[in-house]
Amino acid sequence: MLASILTITLVIGGTALLSWPLGTYMAALFSGRFARADRLFTTFTGGAGEQDWKSYALALAAFNVVMFVFVFALLATHHLLPLNPDGQGATSLHLIFNTAASFVTNTNLQHYSGESTFSYLAQLGGLMWLQFVSAATGIAALAAVARGIGGQASMGNFFLDVQRATFLILLPLAIIVAVWLTLSGVPMTLEGAATVTTLEGAAQTIARGPVAAFVAIKQLGTNGGGFFGPNSTHPLENPSFWANLIELAAIIIIPMACVWMFGKMINRPRHAMVLFGVMAALLAIKLTAAVTFESAPTMAFADLPVQQDVGNLEGKELRLGAITGPLWAVITTATSNGSVGAMHDSLNPLTGLVPMAGMWLNETFGGVGVGMINMFLYIALAVFVAGMMVGRTPEYLGHRIEGREMRLVVLALISHPLLILGGTALFAATPWGLDTLNNTGAHGFSEILYEFSSAAANNGSGFEGLGDNTPAWNIATGLVMLIARFLPIIVPLAIVGSLMAKRRSAESAGTLSVEGPTFGVMLFITILIFGALTFFPAAALGPIAEHVTLMR
Amino acid sequence: MQYILPSIRLWLVTFFVCVVLYTALILGFAQGVTPYSANGSIIAVEGKAVGSELVAQKFTSPRYFWPRPSAPDYNAMGAAGSNKSPTSPDLTARAQDTIAAYGATAANPIPGDLVAASGGGLDPHISLAGALYQVDRVAEARGLTPAAIKQLVESQATSVGGTLAPERIVNVLELNLALDRLEQ
Repeated sequence: MLASILTITLVIGGTALLSWPLGTYMAALFSGRFARADRLFTTFTGGAGEQDWKSYALALAAFNVVMFVFVFALLATHHLLPLNPDGQGATSLHLIFNTAASFVTNTNLQHYSGESTFSYLAQLGGLMWLQFVSAATGIAALAAVARGIGGQASMGNFFLDVQRATFLILLPLAIIVAVWLTLSGVPMTLEGAATVTTLEGAAQTIARGPVAAFVAIKQLGTNGGGFFGPNSTHPLENPSFWANLIELAAIIIIPMACVWMFGKMINRPRHAMVLFGVMAALLAIKLTAAVTFESAPTMAFADLPVQQDVGNLEGKELRLGAITGPLWAVITTATSNGSVGAMHDSLNPLTGLVPMAGMWLNETFGGVGVGMINMFLYIALAVFVAGMMVGRTPEYLGHRIEGREMRLVVLALISHPLLILGGTALFAATPWGLDTLNNTGAHGFSEILYEFSSAAANNGSGFEGLGDNTPAWNIATGLVMLIARFLPIIVPLAIVGSLMAKRRSAESAGTLSVEGPTFGVMLFITILIFGALTFFPAAALGPIAEHVTLMR
Repeated sequence: MQYILPSIRLWLVTFFVCVVLYTALILGFAQGVTPYSANGSIIAVEGKAVGSELVAQKFTSPRYFWPRPSAPDYNAMGAAGSNKSPTSPDLTARAQDTIAAYGATAANPIPGDLVAASGGGLDPHISLAGALYQVDRVAEARGLTPAAIKQLVESQATSVGGTLAPERIVNVLELNLALDRLEQ
């Protein structure tokens, strides 16, 4: 237990410490402090010049269309192209649609297993490329929002911002992590699968590939799409406790740094501290719950002659340590990463509820860039509710939040439960969902609920027993991922564009301060009430029902 | 149109740097510095590849130590977990088969990791307790003393992560290779 607490403290606390200088650096980067690099980037792409919210959003949309079209084409033809040593065949169009949508939207929901589906060219040139640029898109959007809230006249330039994020944030960190992983035993080769003869004389074919480069950016960009099917539970994707430590830290470092970057860019570091505190409190609650629930033994073995003194081991890897299952499950769903270090389908029922709750809230640090943008929506809601309670015009840092802005905030926030609960209801009532389950009863319902939560949160983890490579699942979750990605990016840009057009009022003694504990508590309660009230009935039908009926 | 052209140029430049240059750099580093693990940690005995140090392989003979159960039956081209809920009766049924194979009884219960399938189905390790649990069977099958086998097991055990994770585990393939060497 002591060792587990030490590990958690090291991973969370150590990463939090590192995130501060990183966030400071990111703020400087997006404030144009590296002028020579910026000039070089402008020469690369052209399209320079300041953009208002509409131009910024259009540039973002245009580049994302290019991303989608290119990767769709590559995945549709990969079996004809080079770098395919294992001879992977053609892929169905609905799976290609789902996969392209999944990686463009930074979700990385995978209805396939990498080692038996895609060539190395498709994995590197299509999926890994998107892991860089989809993450950069999110960070760029946060920079634009921060500029607007901070009172600048323009939102910046999308093409410049994406290159800053790609080349000067993601790439250097990816090189560090990939080198560490290489030294920890992760393979990095273009050779096809190895064939060996086991000690008992059987043939075993062992998939391998350019894994280290892929896994580094998978973890850093809140992407989460694994090189192999079972993601970071696969020993070649996560070979040791020490590889595991850096993979965990890589999940949260940029989401944490985004909070500091936001604070610096709006010139309110104390406000950022309050936001960081609220997120850290949510994380602490989820961690405590998950670690506690997962220490219960596997119920299915309870009446058998089995020694169970270390909790539920189904779906877990011994070399990653006892704490990795719940710790990874919480971190990967607090951010929108979605890689896994244990099989979520085999977590104890209430432990499985914790990652779902993470995806329902989706702003405990959240996805790179977009997590902080989600938090901005909750801030606007909290400020509005607080303003109504005391009968004053709601203001955020001198920006008046009025009817138009609130309509947009509500549109973005309501879309999340609507997509999750609507989709779950449809698939739980039809053969589209029912025929694809791996578990029966309440846990089967949880599989459907988890899948839609993961798609709508742009998370990408899954209760992987679900047989989700069907036309219905591929099309439905593909559409959900696209809506749930671009609505919560473009709507906040529009909100901030609307705020920028208005005159800012001076803050006075009567203004709600966003830099103190009162605001922190208000924000915390807004998040909990909104999340709990919306999703509680679904939770009761799934994990809670399973726990109450089957756990002793 | 004013956004499409820069988008295409952005695609080209990010693709060249993040896919071509980055992959080449990491590939060069890995193949140059750690060629053994860069190619999958394949163990060769007398020039023949017998397995990967990091990937579980199937053992059913009583002469060898057995790994944890595997949902894909140790297929290293289709790794997967069971994805069964811990409350599932399917898990109970699977565990009963494993328990029968080991001959576990209430008086001699089996360590939990030997009945629980791992996440990817390829976990190369078992717990030290799980290895010691199999010592008598292996010793009898090989006609060696349990004490000799036990000593070998303990010499192969490593801690997961030092102070941060002191629990001890054993790599099954390496243990079985050592076992074969013992008899030579």
